Amino acid sequence: MTDDILRMRGITKTFPGVKALQDVNLSVRRGEIHAICGENGAGKSTLMKVLSGVYPHGSYEGEITFDGRPCAFSNIRQSEHRGIVIIHQELMLCQQLSIAENIYLGNEQASRWLIDWNRTNHAAAGLMERVGLRENPVIPVGDLGVGKQQLVEIAKALSKQVKLLILDEPTAALNDEDSAHLLDLVRGLREDGITSVIISHKLNEVAAIADSISILRDGRMIETLDMATDQVTEDRIIAGMVGRDLEHRFPPHESTIGEEVFRVEDWTVHSPTQLDRVVVSGVNLRLRRGEIVGLAGLMGAGRTELAMSLFGRTYGANISGRVYVNGRQVQIKTVRDAIDHGIAYATEDRKRYGLNLIEDIKRNVSAANLSKLARRGWVNDHEEFRVADSFRGSMNIKAPSVLSPTGKLSGGNQQKVVLSKWIFTNPDVLILDEPTRGIDIGAKFEIYTIINRLADEGKAVLVISSELPELLGLCDRIYALSEGRITGEVPREDATQERLMQYMMKGQDELR
Amino acid sequence: MSTIASADAGIAKVTAGQPSGRPDPTPRFRLSVNLKQSGIYIAFGLIILLFAVLTDGALLQPQNISNIIVQNSYILILAIGMILIIIAGHIDLSVGSVVAVTGAISAVLMVNLDLPWPLALVITLVAGGLIGAWQGFWVAYFGIPAFIVTLAGMLLFRALTMTVLGNQGIGPFPDPIRTLSNGFTSGYLGNVGLGPLGGADLFSLLVGAVAVAGLVMAQWRTRLARLGYQQNVDPFPIFLAKILAAGVIIMAVVVQLARFKNLPWVLVLLAGLVLGYSLLTNRVVFGRQIYAIGGNLQAAVLSGVKVKQVLFWIFVNMGVLAALAGVIFAGRLNQAGPTAGNSFELDAIAAAFIGGAAVQGGVGKVVGAITGGLIMGVINNGMSLIGAPSERTMLVKGIVLLAAVAFDIWTKRRAGR
Repeated sequence: MTDDILRMRGITKTFPGVKALQDVNLSVRRGEIHAICGENGAGKSTLMKVLSGVYPHGSYEGEITFDGRPCAFSNIRQSEHRGIVIIHQELMLCQQLSIAENIYLGNEQASRWLIDWNRTNHAAAGLMERVGLRENPVIPVGDLGVGKQQLVEIAKALSKQVKLLILDEPTAALNDEDSAHLLDLVRGLREDGITSVIISHKLNEVAAIADSISILRDGRMIETLDMATDQVTEDRIIAGMVGRDLEHRFPPHESTIGEEVFRVEDWTVHSPTQLDRVVVSGVNLRLRRGEIVGLAGLMGAGRTELAMSLFGRTYGANISGRVYVNGRQVQIKTVRDAIDHGIAYATEDRKRYGLNLIEDIKRNVSAANLSKLARRGWVNDHEEFRVADSFRGSMNIKAPSVLSPTGKLSGGNQQKVVLSKWIFTNPDVLILDEPTRGIDIGAKFEIYTIINRLADEGKAVLVISSELPELLGLCDRIYALSEGRITGEVPREDATQERLMQYMMKGQDELR
Repeated sequence: MSTIASADAGIAKVTAGQPSGRPDPTPRFRLSVNLKQSGIYIAFGLIILLFAVLTDGALLQPQNISNIIVQNSYILILAIGMILIIIAGHIDLSVGSVVAVTGAISAVLMVNLDLPWPLALVITLVAGGLIGAWQGFWVAYFGIPAFIVTLAGMLLFRALTMTVLGNQGIGPFPDPIRTLSNGFTSGYLGNVGLGPLGGADLFSLLVGAVAVAGLVMAQWRTRLARLGYQQNVDPFPIFLAKILAAGVIIMAVVVQLARFKNLPWVLVLLAGLVLGYSLLTNRVVFGRQIYAIGGNLQAAVLSGVKVKQVLFWIFVNMGVLAALAGVIFAGRLNQAGPTAGNSFELDAIAAAFIGGAAVQGGVGKVVGAITGGLIMGVINNGMSLIGAPSERTMLVKGIVLLAAVAFDIWTKRRAGR
């Protein structure tokens, strides 16, 4: 019998309309490094949130046993008390506080009511040495690079007597050197008896460091591979992640492809916060009339950054490259320029960036093209009503009237409002970023139908999606993006999930 | 679209397990929206009723109605500018000081330099605009929170006022300015008898009648246009009742004013401003973009709204309106003083929030801000008529402000469920 530090049995977690996890079992042996792999949205982060008490006991079904005792955490504090510490992909550090303050945040080293700063800084220095962070403990965390901040997080975990360390995409934002140091550190912790669970997209790293690999797909645990006994290759992992269950979830569609309408050449974008970091590198794209083109890439590959930098430079710094619309080179410096040149961009996060949730459907539909409804600055609000109402009909927006606030609509109907807004600008090119994220299957089908219709009307559509089946079911051609570079271009006939996944992941090694 | 409809039917079995049969949220929501939108007017009516009873009707006497309007005119003008800024999700703490400094500028121009009053007025308004541009630059293009910029402005422009005026006031103002602030239309057409109500100014009554006729026409045309576009409208009896009520209230106020000293000029000015700015916020692209910015800044940016320009211009607008209020206030006191406009910003901000503006921005109406300002004016006036000490007036105003915003948040929370 193996010595399992963690056993999760029959975990099922349901969100409104979506089963995020379905009867998942996971066993982690004491002192091992256990990797969890899966596509975006497969349920990896949800599983870890269940484990660490972010989703409290009772909000999911199933049993968790940790260190021989059952767990019923109602918050993160309780799981940390038992020695389970999760380090999120977005680091949870207070940038203005010192390293030592961050390490002991919520766990202040105090004698009676006063914080003992000598003790705090001294103890922090000890932990920092353990993780190989050679800095003064009193400097603010914001002065450190991302790699070193990651080490602060680990030192913080060590200060809580961690037994099981969960790292969610720990190396996604790190360069090679920092990644290597981090992985060495995790190996070192294994020597000290600390068990780690790593969620990672970087399969080469996973293959190098993990003792076991569990693969999740669509909220189900597919298999757990033992690196010592099983023959594990990266292709083997990809096959597990992708599965082969493409159903008929897409409306049939034959595209009539016309002349080129949008071309991007040598597009390079730097991060606005770290000017030396290249986020999008030398990208070439072309879209033709009536064509639906996919853009595949893992989280952090630069998909949204590419789209937003093209859409009026709403992301990025030091942008270079050329954009052609209908064969003519254009300068697009603002969102207005982009809209005027017939480009539309429906954002990934419609609630934060797409809609004015306190306003009604009518005013959201007109928001990007109000001047079309106005004569000499005066808006014709009756015409506005008529336009919005006709979209309510043609897009099948389920709302009692166009005067309903968009905040009250379901995700699918909100997305239809966003699409209406952009269709009303009469674009030639629509960039749709995760157009079906967080909406139910029925509404997805409607969105696919709308996308097909737009293509039939002669528009070029670029669909960015984390769901490979969606791209395969919808697109005539798919670009794969990895670390800001186009690593592959696959026509519909040749596209398979395995092939795309290889472009999306393996490109990373070949580029170096 | 028939393709979508059939697609929908095709996947019906897939979605059968989803909560498609969720109850229609419309009826309850419509009720709470109506409560939220009309709550302020109902409250206004109740407050008037309360003080009318407490003062044995003195509140509604002709001279007193005239006083309420004239005494609050500058706050109401400020509230119009303030509501635009609050809708955009910002705030302006400097307006009291801007009132003071523009009053001082106009006094220097009109009294010390003896410039013709129209020229001096224009120069003062331009100066107000430049002050607004200064603040708008820091807020919109430099990205400093408006709270800080205008807090600094509050100090800066008060300091400037004191530098210009020294420690004393400048006056008296030329007659036309005093008439604008304090005076009334003269009886161009003589008086008519109104039976038991006594004599009243015919011109004022005609203006009132024209205003009511205009209102009826405008509402009727909107109704026809809506019907033409197949929108929902109120049933005809309710439409008629609303129009009738509005007409009666307007005429009642006008009759009382006509019985006193005719129409205050500031009322004419205010009516024009309210009409103009209501149209701006409802019907002009620029005005609509203010709501978009306050509702969701990121979405507005990504919809091509030129956010910086819009922000800049609403601060310029605030500066011009503050200058107008500054001239009127100075003209009313017949001198520009170093302490003019103290705490006006708080009254203007309170008016906007009592009038239904949301702290997060994106919500608010010009008419609401005016009503909010009048609520405070009626409380001030009513409390002083019943001889309440000023600390008690302050207490009541504080409670009303808190209650209004609490009500706003409460309805939002209910609607957000």
